[in-house]
Amino acid sequence: MDKNISFNLKVWRQRGPKEQGKFVTYPMKDIPGDTSFLEMLDILNEELVNKGEEPIVFDHDCREGICGMCSLYVNGHPHGPATGATTCQLYMRRFNDGDTITVEPWRSAAFPVIRDLMIDRSAFDKIQQAGGYVSINTGGIPDANAIPIGKDIAEEAMDAAACIGCGACVAACKNGSAMLFVSAKVSQFALLPQGQVEAARRAKSMVAKMDELGFGNCTNTRACEAECPKCISISNIARLNREFIKAKLSD
Amino acid sequence: MAKISSEKLNSKIPEGPLAEKWTNYKAHQKLVNPANKRNLDIIVVGTGLAGASAAASLGAMGFNVLNFCIQDSPRRAHSIAAQGGINAAKNYQNDGDSVYRLFYDTIKGGDYRAREANVHRLAEVSGAIIDQCVAQGVPFAREYGGLLANRSFGGAQVSRTFYARGQTGQQLLLGAYSALNYQVNLGKVKLYTRYEMLDVVIIDGRARGIIARNLVTGKIERFAAHAVVIATGGYGNTFFLSTNAMGSNGSAALQCYRKGAYFANPCFAQIHPTCIPVHGDKQSKLTLMSESLRNDGRIWVPKKIEDAKALQEGKKKASDIPDEDRDFYLERRYPAFGNLVPRDVASRAAKERCDKGFGVNNTGLAVFLDFKYAIQRLGKEVVKQRYGNLFDMYEEITDVSPYEEPMMIYPAIHYTMGGIWVDYELQTSIPGLFAIGEANFSDHGANRLGASALMQGLADGYFVLPYTMQNYLSDQIQVPRFSTDAPEFVAAEKAVTDKIAKLMAIKGKRSVDSIHKELGHVMWEYVGMARTEKSLKTAIEKLKEVEKTFWSDLRIPGEANSLNIELEKALRLLDFIEIGKLMAYDGLNREESCGGHFREEHQTEEGEAKRNDADFSYVACWKYTGEGNEPELLKEDLNYQYIKVQTRNYKN
Amino acid sequence: MWLLNSSVGKKVIMSVSGLALILFLLFHMSMNLVALVSGEAYNMICEFLGANWYALVATAGLAALVVVHFVYAFILTIQNKKARGTQDYADKKRPKEVEWASQNMFALGIIVLLGLGLHLFNFWAKMQLVEVMHMVGANVDVTYAADGAYHIASTFANPVYVAAYIVWLAALWFHLTHGFWSALQTLGWNNKVWFGRWRCIGNIVTTLIILGFAAVVVVSAICPCC
Repeated sequence: MDKNISFNLKVWRQRGPKEQGKFVTYPMKDIPGDTSFLEMLDILNEELVNKGEEPIVFDHDCREGICGMCSLYVNGHPHGPATGATTCQLYMRRFNDGDTITVEPWRSAAFPVIRDLMIDRSAFDKIQQAGGYVSINTGGIPDANAIPIGKDIAEEAMDAAACIGCGACVAACKNGSAMLFVSAKVSQFALLPQGQVEAARRAKSMVAKMDELGFGNCTNTRACEAECPKCISISNIARLNREFIKAKLSD
Repeated sequence: MAKISSEKLNSKIPEGPLAEKWTNYKAHQKLVNPANKRNLDIIVVGTGLAGASAAASLGAMGFNVLNFCIQDSPRRAHSIAAQGGINAAKNYQNDGDSVYRLFYDTIKGGDYRAREANVHRLAEVSGAIIDQCVAQGVPFAREYGGLLANRSFGGAQVSRTFYARGQTGQQLLLGAYSALNYQVNLGKVKLYTRYEMLDVVIIDGRARGIIARNLVTGKIERFAAHAVVIATGGYGNTFFLSTNAMGSNGSAALQCYRKGAYFANPCFAQIHPTCIPVHGDKQSKLTLMSESLRNDGRIWVPKKIEDAKALQEGKKKASDIPDEDRDFYLERRYPAFGNLVPRDVASRAAKERCDKGFGVNNTGLAVFLDFKYAIQRLGKEVVKQRYGNLFDMYEEITDVSPYEEPMMIYPAIHYTMGGIWVDYELQTSIPGLFAIGEANFSDHGANRLGASALMQGLADGYFVLPYTMQNYLSDQIQVPRFSTDAPEFVAAEKAVTDKIAKLMAIKGKRSVDSIHKELGHVMWEYVGMARTEKSLKTAIEKLKEVEKTFWSDLRIPGEANSLNIELEKALRLLDFIEIGKLMAYDGLNREESCGGHFREEHQTEEGEAKRNDADFSYVACWKYTGEGNEPELLKEDLNYQYIKVQTRNYKN
Repeated sequence: MWLLNSSVGKKVIMSVSGLALILFLLFHMSMNLVALVSGEAYNMICEFLGANWYALVATAGLAALVVVHFVYAFILTIQNKKARGTQDYADKKRPKEVEWASQNMFALGIIVLLGLGLHLFNFWAKMQLVEVMHMVGANVDVTYAADGAYHIASTFANPVYVAAYIVWLAALWFHLTHGFWSALQTLGWNNKVWFGRWRCIGNIVTTLIILGFAAVVVVSAICPCC
């Protein structure tokens, strides 16, 4: 059976993107270890609402680690201390009685805070809109088995496609670089014959959009890979570099 | 008894033999020429599989699309969480699959409560969905020869399920999202993220726009269009605890209902038998464990009530109960299918045991799913290969290793087959208002088969709606763009702001979630897995009390004209209460047991569901009759011309 | 021009200049090792690399590489700081997979640059520079301009210089262990299999370079006679 723990929760509160934020500490009492981290915040919010105060705002939706919406920087790690897991898959039994748990939003110039722990990640959508697709319309498509694709290639493309677009890579990177995110999409398509047709165009336009939106430059620290809840490999970044350089050289 | 309306429903099913209906329809429907498409605006609410695929396809055709979602990105829609796969009648495995067989399995799986013509069309377009997704770069699982792999799923004798590991929904949604992004880049689709639709605007009897709240600024905004598409998913969160995402809600569908669209078969909700049980009153959602676990796990509870008590109090562990004191109740009751009976049967059997006091866990609301026998038979390594990921996920959540102790599972609300009534063209009873995906009622009858939700969402969005909508829009080419200053818009906006002001003014003492939990409790207790006339009547009374509590005790801190998460939840909760009542009314009316709806009065001596085809072979459509009034019932009769209606049997 | 405008392009400039500098270091280290065997042979090389046109061109090229490498490091670092935003994390932990060097390349680079300044002052300013000044007619003493062995011995007789050079080389070791594979990663010559290989090769090459340099420093300090 899980023990109950009591601890202090140090949470970043900020009214709006332009306003000054600050940490507020909330003492939490007797939280069962089988409570998820977000449920623990639900408990706190319930207490705040009951006191007539405004609850802590944070993004969350599926609560099963796949939608990519939750985005808390807990105790120095995006998505907290667990590996290969999102914030919603983090359970309180990982913490100890008497701890101080620090909760911050993703911090990056490209991800401004909307309120408290909620951030604006629309930059990610903009990068995808710049080229993260195969330019086809609905219908008029050849049979799905018309082009055989090797199992290994399909698996590697799937590894890259597993990205949930949460932004932990940017949050973890000391440079605020989005290369892991961009490379995952570029790789998925560069590996598959369907995506190769416009691979050069895609690599160029997605990198250009990424630069334009103010993300930093990759210095290969591998923090992104270490903190990625889906363990996306930086070999994708190498592939993106390759695709990009190849595309530029053949211009 | 519900008041029955004399109004006739026209489901617009095309003439001709079943297999030719869709072809004939497409051959004779009216189209809109490219020059006119540019002048027509379409609002699509929702960006899940149905919404994103529809918005992308309509944009690609040349219409101007405005696409709304409540999340920060279209990619967050809850379609993303679907695990198993997507069905398609490709017959790649050469195992005898065909369009007819997929059609037949879907109708039968739905316990003969779906419309034949719609389901056949669904089976017809299923193959094209796979082609489309592969062309988008969806990395489906493949064989070494490079061709697509398939797996088998419940309710079928063939292997027709395409999959991308355990993340098929994610990959299909990202495919639709990429198609959507292409259209956004071309300027054909405009995205409105973090916007919530609060009302649909009707002008001269036709849907002409929506009122939406910008969730970041709190501003109420008006959007006009020539047609509106609702693709906002199901209403499973009425039960508070479900496998749905926290934001999943039925509000958009309910606004349509309030404006005159009929709500069909609301009582048909699917309960999934293998979810991680509720562990305390602070839980926010239920996590689904893949149905595949039932292939090798054996489900049991203690035979002796004192063992169950000891387990509940933590005085004994599962491993302390010897085999002879274990009741493998599914194997006992259904020798032929054993642990592999369909979802609804397995769920009800678990509830029956727990109700009798044999449940385990500290709540007494769980049963064991034991892999001890599989490990003895196959060895730990084989079990690990098959289920390693799932076991790890279970251990992360519960801190119990399924290799050592049996898993505990319990049924949970998963999917809602009911939804907005639509005709063959996916148009609701309001002209110009369409509903697709889980939001409509159309294809799954009383129970949905595994891997069919993804198929239906994408079929509607890619291949059905973009055609059928033109039949409506071809008449609209002369209609100029509407000004959002029209009195109907002004009135609709005012109604919304008034409602919000009323909510903010309650200033009670209770949080939205605390009332939502109360609603969920009433729903699960009285409108849950097994219903009776008495329980449903009690539910209606209790739901009215919950509503009263809502209007007197609710507290929403903060301001209305700013980001306010409590206000968002309160607006949704108000609609969940209304949906709860609809489910209860519908369940009360449907005096039979079929699919996801089980009435205890209607069961065989062995406790199996007893359908009543003579009296209830119809779609129950509910019409809104004003605040506080009981809804009226309209019936769309289901005539099975191509399928022989039978009883399901899983015993022998 | 994409090399100058895009993030990846700028990184390519860093990679190419970095790899070229690693090649130079390999050469320089091999040359230094000669000094351990024979002072005369070493001085021959020094003379060969005196104020000759090819040596001067190579020197100019090297200087350009260093300048480019540094300037781009500076530009990229400024951009990265900006991208990080104004508010820093209150609690920040380095995952165990992340090498310390990789997150401190700029600081290490500064140390390397300072060391380079010292090195130029100790050797280049007394050798090639003197010859060049002599050629253009300045009144300088060229007695020791080609006597590298003499400068090695005299510099490392001073323990302060020895310590400074060891620190410099240590910083260079950290800088290169990350820089080597990082350059290849940036050029796209990497994947899951080669990741481990490049890191291994990089560590070996870097360690050889640094050991080679350090050997000359240490041997000269301990045993100035040989």
